[in-house]
Amino acid sequence: MSPAALTPELTLTAGAVLGILLGSWLPRHRQWVVRLLAALACLVGLAATAAAIGGAPQLVFGGSYAVDTATNAGRVIVLAATLLTICLSIDTVGSHPRETEFYVLMLLAALGTIMLVGATDLLLLMAGYLLASVPLYALAGLVKDALGTEAALKYYLMGALLGVTMLTGITVLYGAGRSTGYATLAQNLPGAPQAAVAVGLVAVLAGLLFKIGSVPAHFWVPDITEGASTPVAAFVTTVPKIGGLIATYRLVAEALPAAGVNWPLLVAVLATASMTLGNLAAFFQDTVRRLLAYSTISQVGYLLLAVAVATRSELALPALLLYLAAYAVTNLGAFAVVAALPHAPNLADYRGLARRHPGLAAALVVCLLGLVGTPPTAVFLGKLEIFSAAIDGGYAWLAVVAVVNTIASLFYYLRWIAPAFAAEPETYSEEVLAPAGRWPALGAYTAAAASLALGVAGGVVLPLVSGPLLP
Amino acid sequence: MLSLIVFLPLAAAAVLVGVPASAGKRVFTGSWVTVAAADLALVVAAWIGYDLGGGLAYEQRLPWIPSAGVSYHVGVDGLSLPLVAVTAALFLACAIYSLRQTHRVKSFVLLFLGLQTVSLGLFTALDLILFFVYFDLSIVGMYFVIARWGHGRARQSALTFFLYTFLGSLALLLGFIGLYLAADPHTFDIVALTRTNPLAGGELYGALVLLAIGVGLAVKTPTVPFHTWLPPAHTDAPAAGSAILAGVLLKMGTYGFVRIAMPLLPDTWRQYAGVVVVIGVVSVLYGALVALAQEDFKRMVAYTSVNHMGYVVLAVGAAGLAAGSDEQARSLAVTGAVTQMVSHGLLTGALFLLAGVLHDRAASYDMGAYSGLAGPAPVFAGVTGLVVFASLGLPGFSGFIAEFQILAGSLGPATVATALALLGILITAGLLLRALHRVFLGEARIPGAPESGFTDLKPSETASIVPLLALAILIGVLPRFLLDVIEPSSATLIGVVSS
Repeated sequence: MSPAALTPELTLTAGAVLGILLGSWLPRHRQWVVRLLAALACLVGLAATAAAIGGAPQLVFGGSYAVDTATNAGRVIVLAATLLTICLSIDTVGSHPRETEFYVLMLLAALGTIMLVGATDLLLLMAGYLLASVPLYALAGLVKDALGTEAALKYYLMGALLGVTMLTGITVLYGAGRSTGYATLAQNLPGAPQAAVAVGLVAVLAGLLFKIGSVPAHFWVPDITEGASTPVAAFVTTVPKIGGLIATYRLVAEALPAAGVNWPLLVAVLATASMTLGNLAAFFQDTVRRLLAYSTISQVGYLLLAVAVATRSELALPALLLYLAAYAVTNLGAFAVVAALPHAPNLADYRGLARRHPGLAAALVVCLLGLVGTPPTAVFLGKLEIFSAAIDGGYAWLAVVAVVNTIASLFYYLRWIAPAFAAEPETYSEEVLAPAGRWPALGAYTAAAASLALGVAGGVVLPLVSGPLLP
Repeated sequence: MLSLIVFLPLAAAAVLVGVPASAGKRVFTGSWVTVAAADLALVVAAWIGYDLGGGLAYEQRLPWIPSAGVSYHVGVDGLSLPLVAVTAALFLACAIYSLRQTHRVKSFVLLFLGLQTVSLGLFTALDLILFFVYFDLSIVGMYFVIARWGHGRARQSALTFFLYTFLGSLALLLGFIGLYLAADPHTFDIVALTRTNPLAGGELYGALVLLAIGVGLAVKTPTVPFHTWLPPAHTDAPAAGSAILAGVLLKMGTYGFVRIAMPLLPDTWRQYAGVVVVIGVVSVLYGALVALAQEDFKRMVAYTSVNHMGYVVLAVGAAGLAAGSDEQARSLAVTGAVTQMVSHGLLTGALFLLAGVLHDRAASYDMGAYSGLAGPAPVFAGVTGLVVFASLGLPGFSGFIAEFQILAGSLGPATVATALALLGILITAGLLLRALHRVFLGEARIPGAPESGFTDLKPSETASIVPLLALAILIGVLPRFLLDVIEPSSATLIGVVSS
């Protein structure tokens, strides 16, 4: 194996280590150097991934880590999302006493997420899970107020419990399949006791569902989104989903394709529950962050559609990767608007936004209608591909459920858009819509533009995410 | 050529975004009128250059998302060219009518320019996804028009409109995906799908795809029982918005039947044509009867739209009924359907602009509150009278040409249904005449401030409404220039559906 294949991962590690060292010696007003370093690490990682795209897929790390289309796509999405989150965080975290820690933890969480993406071995999957989770527990509690602490504690307890469950599941699968590598598991599991395989799979899924914030492991999502600072909320509801979903896809597609367990149905039921419960809960939320929190839960449901038909349709993998990229930019864009208007926590506070900040209002419309899946935004293309994959894979009923849920979601997104374009309230206060600074606004414009560009130029992107998994 | 027609308004909007709103409203309304006029001139040029053979003209195909089977494929034939022309004419009329617009002029103009691109794009699209993109964007654009410039309960009406029609559009998307997956190789191209006919045989899969597409188009058309979004949306929308909604957006539904549902699913269409006929007749009668009960002028016009679109649905259904009828009659029905789309676009557009005049003067649509307007506003009364006569299908106007062809073409294949639909014409005539009688004749009475009087049509209103009426009369008296374009294409369509 050549270390060159792991350049993006190594860059992130080096960035994190150098960052913590630098941060220890720098005075507080010069800690922006660490932020620069973090952004640089992401950029170098992106460049290295760009160079690796199109290369021959290979297994590294003793066959436990795959560098293939999915890994490369996952790397690009994670690194780009991290870069965008750094952009959002500049005004919130700048000159904060824990600025260095913030960026180092974020780099480590991104690294853990990328490891989840590429892992083809249960033990590496567990390591990735821990690396992607532990830094986020700390990040969630960085704002030391009551809400933030409660959220961080809830997040930690749930993560620890489901992490242990996942470890148990790994033990069971190891016992049943006599290996932790996916390739060997795929050979041995069909002959293993079905009950053991089912128990092991469900337990491993429990951990992954926690990472992606899907029903029934979603209870932390609203608390974190409301309690943590906006950049952290944006990161936690976007980036771990990328790792968790591709990891789930790899697990079911590579380790369990022939096992007798009916996992497609299980995933389909989870997808339905996630979409429906997320949407129903989002309906009458009055704070923007809780609304976005439940919206992310419902979005996971659509993404799980692709996992359900992982072995039944060739369209599933490109659909998943495209939707993940689209979701990442669009969701971050919506959070960027929230970050740009820190004094407007409620939907009603957005009255008159179109008049005061037409640019932000336009970005908000693009991102929210993008989350619905209105063309020509990126999520539309993602939904098109995911619905095609679901119907192609024989799960047409799931596509119908997703369509009904999409309509339902339109209702609450419009509850946010409508006040933004309404006239200003009579008791009008300058401070409510006072902007935070130019960085979050820049992030919002970038994300909205990227969402549109990805939708219109989908023809360029789609071939890049189409390719088989390894092995 | 077509891309220029489609994207000219959008390009103009992109330029106007950079102009500050403080530049004065004349800059925006003036450039809007100019752009709309230039676009109409281009469409007229395209019409003159159109070869009457019935095939696709001005075709252009570029790869867009090749790996997903999506291409940028545009072209027009006799079914779409008339609708493109109506769209361009109606947007020009709205631009002239809106010269007096005062509320948030810049965003109003930008939104309408965007809507024009979307509407023209839809009628020229020859790729299902391209069609869907425009279809969805038209909903988004109209939502903002109703929500921001509407009156009354505009926000609720806009929300109902968005949710309901979005449901329809997603049903449509599922149907499109069904077609895409059935084709080998997978493609969204309408021309290729027509040629290969992937769902020949019309089994359950084909029926489900037709159901999804049919529901999607029926919501947009709208037919009974999917019409409930229409009356509130129309009542609360601004005049120009109503005109575009009724004149252009409703046609997207009926156009979808002749462009997508019929040629792409010919066997399934024939199988279920009876259902379509029944839905058409129910829409005709229900729309007419409910319109009869309305007190609100705009709501009444909205329900007559349900009635008029019902004739189109009846015609396309009858065209699918193969039993014992000659191709010529069924082709006549399709020609009538397209003519009806054109005629309804012109006349209902004019009617809604006239309703806007009513609201502008006395802020009410309540027909019971008005009386004897012919005294203070003779031109307004005269124009409204002519438009109403045209709308109820009097010979000499476009409505007659359309409805006569529809009924003559459908009588053979669907005799009972056509006989019932004739009743609809009778009711519509009655209710429109009753409305004229109530509002314009008798002693002068105006709600609100009676002493201020009722100003007659202003120049911008006359210049926007009268040309639409003139076009309707032109089609009514000299229909050949239109029918020569439509007929070859409807014959081609019937050939595809019957084979």
